Amino acid sequence: MEPQENNHILSYTKLALILGVLLVLTGITVAVSYLDLGFFNVPLALAIACTKVTFVLLFFMHLKYEGPIINLSFVGTISFLFIMIGFTFWDVAFR
Amino acid sequence: MTTTESFYDTPSPAGLTGIRAWLLTHDHKRLGLMYMWAILFWFVIAMLCGLLLRTELMSQGRTIMGPELYNSLFTLHGVIMVFLFVIPAVPAIFGNFFLPIQLGTDDVFFPRLNLFSWYLFMFGGLLALISLFSGEGFPDTGWTFYVPFSVEVNTNVSLTVMAAFILGMSSMLTGLNFITTFHRMRDKKMGLMQIPLFTWSLYATAWVQILATPVISITLVLVVVERLFSVGLFDPDKGGDPILYQHLFWMYSHPAVYIMILPGMGVISEIIPVFSRKSIFGYKAIVWSSMGIAVAGSLVWAHHMYTSGMSDVSVFFFSLLTFLVAIPSAVKVFSWIATMYKGSIEMTPPLLLALIFIYLFSIGGLTGLVLGAVGPDIHVHDTHFVVAHFHFVMFGGTGFAFFAALHFWWPKMFGIMYDFKKAYIGSVLTAIGFLFHYVPMLILGMQGMPRRYYDYLPKYETGNFLAGFGAYLLCIGILIMFVNLLMSFRQRVPASSNPWGGTTLEWTVPSPPPVHNFVEKPQIMEFPYDFSEIAAQVKGNKR
Amino acid sequence: MNRPIDKTGIKIGMWLFLYSEIILFGGLFVLYAVYFYTYPEFFAEGGRELDRKIGAVNTVVLLISSFTVAASITAIQRKAKKQAVGFLIFSILCGVIFLVNKYFEWSAKFHHDIYPNSETLVSGEPGLNIFFGLYYVITGLHGLHVIAGMTLLSISLVLVLAGRINESKYSMLENSGLYWHLVDLIWIFVFPLFYLVL
Repeated sequence: MEPQENNHILSYTKLALILGVLLVLTGITVAVSYLDLGFFNVPLALAIACTKVTFVLLFFMHLKYEGPIINLSFVGTISFLFIMIGFTFWDVAFR
Repeated sequence: MTTTESFYDTPSPAGLTGIRAWLLTHDHKRLGLMYMWAILFWFVIAMLCGLLLRTELMSQGRTIMGPELYNSLFTLHGVIMVFLFVIPAVPAIFGNFFLPIQLGTDDVFFPRLNLFSWYLFMFGGLLALISLFSGEGFPDTGWTFYVPFSVEVNTNVSLTVMAAFILGMSSMLTGLNFITTFHRMRDKKMGLMQIPLFTWSLYATAWVQILATPVISITLVLVVVERLFSVGLFDPDKGGDPILYQHLFWMYSHPAVYIMILPGMGVISEIIPVFSRKSIFGYKAIVWSSMGIAVAGSLVWAHHMYTSGMSDVSVFFFSLLTFLVAIPSAVKVFSWIATMYKGSIEMTPPLLLALIFIYLFSIGGLTGLVLGAVGPDIHVHDTHFVVAHFHFVMFGGTGFAFFAALHFWWPKMFGIMYDFKKAYIGSVLTAIGFLFHYVPMLILGMQGMPRRYYDYLPKYETGNFLAGFGAYLLCIGILIMFVNLLMSFRQRVPASSNPWGGTTLEWTVPSPPPVHNFVEKPQIMEFPYDFSEIAAQVKGNKR
Repeated sequence: MNRPIDKTGIKIGMWLFLYSEIILFGGLFVLYAVYFYTYPEFFAEGGRELDRKIGAVNTVVLLISSFTVAASITAIQRKAKKQAVGFLIFSILCGVIFLVNKYFEWSAKFHHDIYPNSETLVSGEPGLNIFFGLYYVITGLHGLHVIAGMTLLSISLVLVLAGRINESKYSMLENSGLYWHLVDLIWIFVFPLFYLVL
């Protein structure tokens, strides 16, 4: 099993830095929405959202400092989510 | 036998007396037993519903009920059996009781949450009961609650759906508890490949419970939302797509099939080696096949929807994936049989029930392949063939695994032994009744008799009569089995701590176990199914 | 039972619960994906009718509150009880602001006869009806989660004040925080998917 209790303390500065990044990304995604990129509108918005989510997960939610059980199971959950959406498209996209 | 106080005499938390010692308990063993009585109650109710259905079908035309009642009754039968018996049966009763013991610990990780899940379970059951006797009566939608009917019909769908929602939550929290216990409370010396197979199967099940159950929760919430606000998410008139409901529904309900069967398989993996006095064949293969079933079972939901109008590409892919699930299931069956090969087999009621399980489950699995292939499925879709198939798996599989577990762990849970002869008679009668009941239904289905009708064409009468006859035989068999078990309370033949010669940790503690399970520090064996010591002991009936 | 408190175990339990929440919303995102694929132009039209300024403000509010919740955990770990209390109160206030914004947004839509089963939606384009149907269901469910998160944070606040949450025992606060971050995570996806798909 993993070592005892990881009491990782994140400093205020680091947290504030993350918040700054998140706010900047929010600004970008709103700004980009005013441009018409055609097909790339949605993928870009989703890519930015995924980046933001990654920051929240890794630092605010401490995922970066967790043991393998939480990390692996999180990846598993996300894969299941992708399967749910992806496999449905075998039906919807080819109807 | 050591004389320690059993958990019956020591309330947990200490100080509680009388009924409060049960209703407020944190003890996983007491909770397991409380689940047991509740689940047995529901089982009997649903079984009687099924018996009424078969009685109606025994002769052509209206026999004892009209079509509306028939529709409500099969819905009731399905909802109770699925949500209140088959899903919780093995994990909630035997999982709660034995998972911590097999891991060498004294309770689950979140004992209070465990109690809360039991209350959720009871509350869900209560809601189901209320929906029976209030409003416009019990729904007649079938347990699948398919839209648009479930959204438009006037019966008590909302309440029943909420009951299912709450029961799902209870099952999910149990899974959460098991996974945490598995990882954090396991004896420090017990490595991953030293964990008993029953616990492994519960672990795989728990993952499915956590990841699949929320899908049904949201689906059921959407049904209620549609009924209240008519948003139209599944209504073609408003731009919705009813097939999406089926996708969401089966995204849970197909994995739920594995929630139902995996713990049963775990039980069989415990019983077979004990009575063969031989180490389980392919321990790692069984572990991996449990996880494999959990994963593969989550990828195949749309094979319930071949005729729903979804795309051919989808039909093709889901059919292909469905065949994949057969592989890990077959790995298990072959491992069990290989375990018995050249073993020193001792016949007992649990082993007999386990053998019946293997036989009936194999038929269920093979008929499943017929349904998984698109061509034959379109022919027999929504006929009695499907009904017979899933009863072979759910009842022949999980049901018999449940009976086997009951007989296997009864002496451990209550410290008393039951009468073998009556147990044999009950089991054999149940199995014969089962075959009389469901084999005719397979044939009826091939002949084209649809499911969920209270009447049929004259040519189906013989088959339906036989099935009805089998149903009565089946119920008598189960009755004998249960009465025999209950009679053991009166005869009180004491059972030793290890009446069968098992090797997993639960057999090292007194029967019934003390409140903290272990009297002394558990000795973790190198391999949980090492029978060399047991075999060396003098052969003899240790009853 | 006198074993030491296993913080990692408690956290694993919480994460497992969060997974179930993720999948719960996942079911709705399946619907979103399919209907977006079916009605892309109506989703764009619907998106234009939503006020992206309110959406952006709400995003910022939630992000800041996520930061303060994370900071309150740091504060507790550093035994700075007062700071922790301040951060928590601020986070809960952010939740209130979010809900008030949401209320104005919803009531404006109701005012324009856009709500489930309204005349405009039922007689209008099916694609728009689905867009707003999903909008109400997803933001409604998310709103309920905001309320649940605020409740958890309030309980934590009370426990911090009572000294029951302290530098050696803060699992409750940590778990409430995780829940609050999850609410934030979901909003991070909801925001572009509804307000910015133009």
